[in-house]
Amino acid sequence: MSHESIIEVENITKTFGGVVANKNVSLKVKKGGITGLIGPNGSGKTTLFNSIVGYHPIDGGSIRFMDKEISTYRVQEIARLGLLRTFQQTRIYGKMNCVENMLISIPLRKAGFLDMFAARDKEILERADRLLEFVGLYEKRWLRAGDLSFGQQKLLEFAMALMNEPTVLMLDEPTAGINPTLINGLIDRLKRANEEFGITLFVIEHNMRVIMNLAEHIYCLAHGKMLADGKPEEIQNDQRVIDAYLGAH
Amino acid sequence: MSALMNNKMAKIVFYAAILALGIFLPIWFPNYIGQLTVMWLMVIFALTWDILGGQMGYNSLGNIFFFGVGMYTTAMVQVGMFYDLAEYTSPAGGEIYTFNLTQYFSGMAVGYLVAGLICVVFAVVLGRLMFGLRGPYFAIGTLALATVVGELVSTWELVGGGSGMSMPNFPGEPAVSKAMFYAMMFALAIVTFLFLRWLYGTHFGLAINAIRDDEEKAEGMGIHTLRYKTVAWSIAAFFLGVAGAIYGNFNNFFEPIEVAFPTTTFGIFMVLMVLLGGKGTLWGPVIGAILFHIIKEVTWTYLLGWQWVALGLLIIITVVYFQQGIMGWLMDKKPTWFGIRVEGEKQRLGDMQ
Amino acid sequence: MWDNIKILIDAPLFTLDMVINGLLIGAVFALIAYGLALVWGVMNVKNLAQGDFVILGAYVAWTLFNWGIHPFFGVPVAFGVLWVLGWIVYKTVVYRVIEHDLFTSLLATFGVAIVLQQSMNLIFGSDEQTVSLGMESMSFFDNVVTIQPTRLIAFFAAILLAIAVITFMKRSRMGQAIRATSQNPRSARVMGIDTEKVYAFTYSLNAAICGAAGALVAVIWEFQPYIGLIFSIRSFVIVTAAGLGNLPGVIAAGLGMGVLEQTGAFVLGTQFQQAIVVGMLLVVLLVKLILASRHRQVVEQ
Repeated sequence: MSHESIIEVENITKTFGGVVANKNVSLKVKKGGITGLIGPNGSGKTTLFNSIVGYHPIDGGSIRFMDKEISTYRVQEIARLGLLRTFQQTRIYGKMNCVENMLISIPLRKAGFLDMFAARDKEILERADRLLEFVGLYEKRWLRAGDLSFGQQKLLEFAMALMNEPTVLMLDEPTAGINPTLINGLIDRLKRANEEFGITLFVIEHNMRVIMNLAEHIYCLAHGKMLADGKPEEIQNDQRVIDAYLGAH
Repeated sequence: MSALMNNKMAKIVFYAAILALGIFLPIWFPNYIGQLTVMWLMVIFALTWDILGGQMGYNSLGNIFFFGVGMYTTAMVQVGMFYDLAEYTSPAGGEIYTFNLTQYFSGMAVGYLVAGLICVVFAVVLGRLMFGLRGPYFAIGTLALATVVGELVSTWELVGGGSGMSMPNFPGEPAVSKAMFYAMMFALAIVTFLFLRWLYGTHFGLAINAIRDDEEKAEGMGIHTLRYKTVAWSIAAFFLGVAGAIYGNFNNFFEPIEVAFPTTTFGIFMVLMVLLGGKGTLWGPVIGAILFHIIKEVTWTYLLGWQWVALGLLIIITVVYFQQGIMGWLMDKKPTWFGIRVEGEKQRLGDMQ
Repeated sequence: MWDNIKILIDAPLFTLDMVINGLLIGAVFALIAYGLALVWGVMNVKNLAQGDFVILGAYVAWTLFNWGIHPFFGVPVAFGVLWVLGWIVYKTVVYRVIEHDLFTSLLATFGVAIVLQQSMNLIFGSDEQTVSLGMESMSFFDNVVTIQPTRLIAFFAAILLAIAVITFMKRSRMGQAIRATSQNPRSARVMGIDTEKVYAFTYSLNAAICGAAGALVAVIWEFQPYIGLIFSIRSFVIVTAAGLGNLPGVIAAGLGMGVLEQTGAFVLGTQFQQAIVVGMLLVVLLVKLILASRHRQVVEQ
């Protein structure tokens, strides 16, 4: 068990009814780095994410996070260990304003019973403001989250994740549905989160330009199985990957 | 914005108005003191239902469970402290049990406290069972709970079975007791309101709102959802239990189905009042409760036999057409009054080109 | 209570009596549950007014009986009357809450239940009623096993009705339209099915089924305006235990419930009958919960 890998997935399989979504998938996410996960539609990427964060049980295999076996842990426990994910269809708390969304996203690793009744803390508010500034939502911070545009909600979800001080952040298609002119800004922020805050990133992406630019190591899934992995240049030129994508269209 | 619309001013005026109402109404209308007592009970019903239903998104149809449990618990304590409970409730007895002042009040003090605490215990235990259920299953499950406890208590001879129980008689003038119970219920309503006002301003308020808005997201962010759900229900249970205890004494008599665990009357009024007033707000339940109670009292006698049918219709109309309630409607029309910021449509489309 | 259980163990024939009677009434339960499952599956509306439709059907049959008409005819008449009522309820209430969240539809049908309940109370009074045909009970095995012929007839009537409805669902165009809509309303619409009509039809059909079942209930039991809720809860238990779309499951659960209620009432005492039904709901929900928690999920619908 190498301490370089913060997540180690070994031979996991997940079936839904008759469909095998993931079959014997193994991968390692390097601590402190940015790892990518690509593959044509329906290859089982989101299922893999869901399995890792505890959304559903796996049929077989092992998932280790910081050397702990987490395959039987529940979502909340895994989140409190420091492994967070964002959703493809961005999820935020619609009826609360942005600041409140941030305040409720504070890390709860050491939260005791009485912490439930804590009043609003000035330091926490300042941190929320700084992170909202970081993602560019400072001016809109008092708006109701549900009233934001789709792109703004994505940024909010990202800010909320950062607020939680995760060790690893798994992002499910962070640039999907975003205006192309804003994508560079998002990539920039992701890189800064990784470099400045030291958060390991594990990213599912469809946008090849983005993921090749961002990730240090990329895994490619196809038909539920691991097809290939390697550095971006290797993956780009891997015939199997090209075939998988072409074949899928 | 004129000074009148200033938030702080409006709040002070509001609070003063309610306080004045509470103090002067029973003085101006002494004959209605009983109904006014019930009015504050309705406010408590609405506020406690809203904790789960409006703020947290868990619609309980069985909160009345705690009301009845509080009632029975305090009865058992108040009587049991000084007399043999079984003899007191046995049908053969024709004796009159008297309680002197100390017995009465000490019984009440202990009884109310125990009632509240027992309800909290129930909430914690039952919460473990019930909170795994989502949406309508939670509603039906809680409804079943309140229904079955009423049936079971009906068979429990120790507390009078289906015939119910009568509470210790107040050792003094009836007018005094009426005023006393009015004051108690009013005070409890105020305490409940102030407590919730504080609570919703803490982290707790944010957490239960998050659970309401997206429970899975809350779980995914590591929030101890079960803890919050259980505590929320326990808070509601405590206030409901004490309210039940006061009401039991106020009514002087109660029986399991119609008084202690009335799922189809008080149990459903709770929901209706909050929907009418506007769920998920502090004042919504209060306004809804007061309005509902006044309308009900005024029209009941005129409708003769058809009041329950009217109630059913009211439920349907509210649920179908007026879900957001008065506060919700107000917040929609005048969001700035409530500190909600909105933007123009242009801004929203900015990202999508 | 333990003495009663001992009796059941010592006298298997007596247990047989419980079981048979349970099965007979269970068929009626299963029928009502099937209607609930239908509405639930097609439009995702959990009809809390189900039991009150049944009781209304009972009153229809009872009224006819008082006018000298044999309950045989009460069944189709109740079917028809409740069909119309179901259609009215759909158009005025249900239609407006289908698109809303689940608690809204639950509350709306609860409102309907209250309206029906209280109206029946006003019109018919709260006394317990029944339709007694004065038939002699049939007894077997030295009077240990007694079967009332009315129950037997009701059993077969329920089966016939169920067969009729199921055949209709399988063979007729509307039946197919209903099944298509329950699987995927959007695709159904794309295929040219008028989902509005399907919803209205399904809800009316359910009400009619309840009405017919109610006519049977009038004959085999006593009823009064307020026992509708228990029937609603019974149906919920059955559908929740069996799962939607599981017809054999619904039948088995319905029959099983009948048997459990009979034996439970005997073992614990008839005053607990209602508590038993509600208790079963809690048990079913609990079991679902435990099963779901093994899979890191919650009971969702």
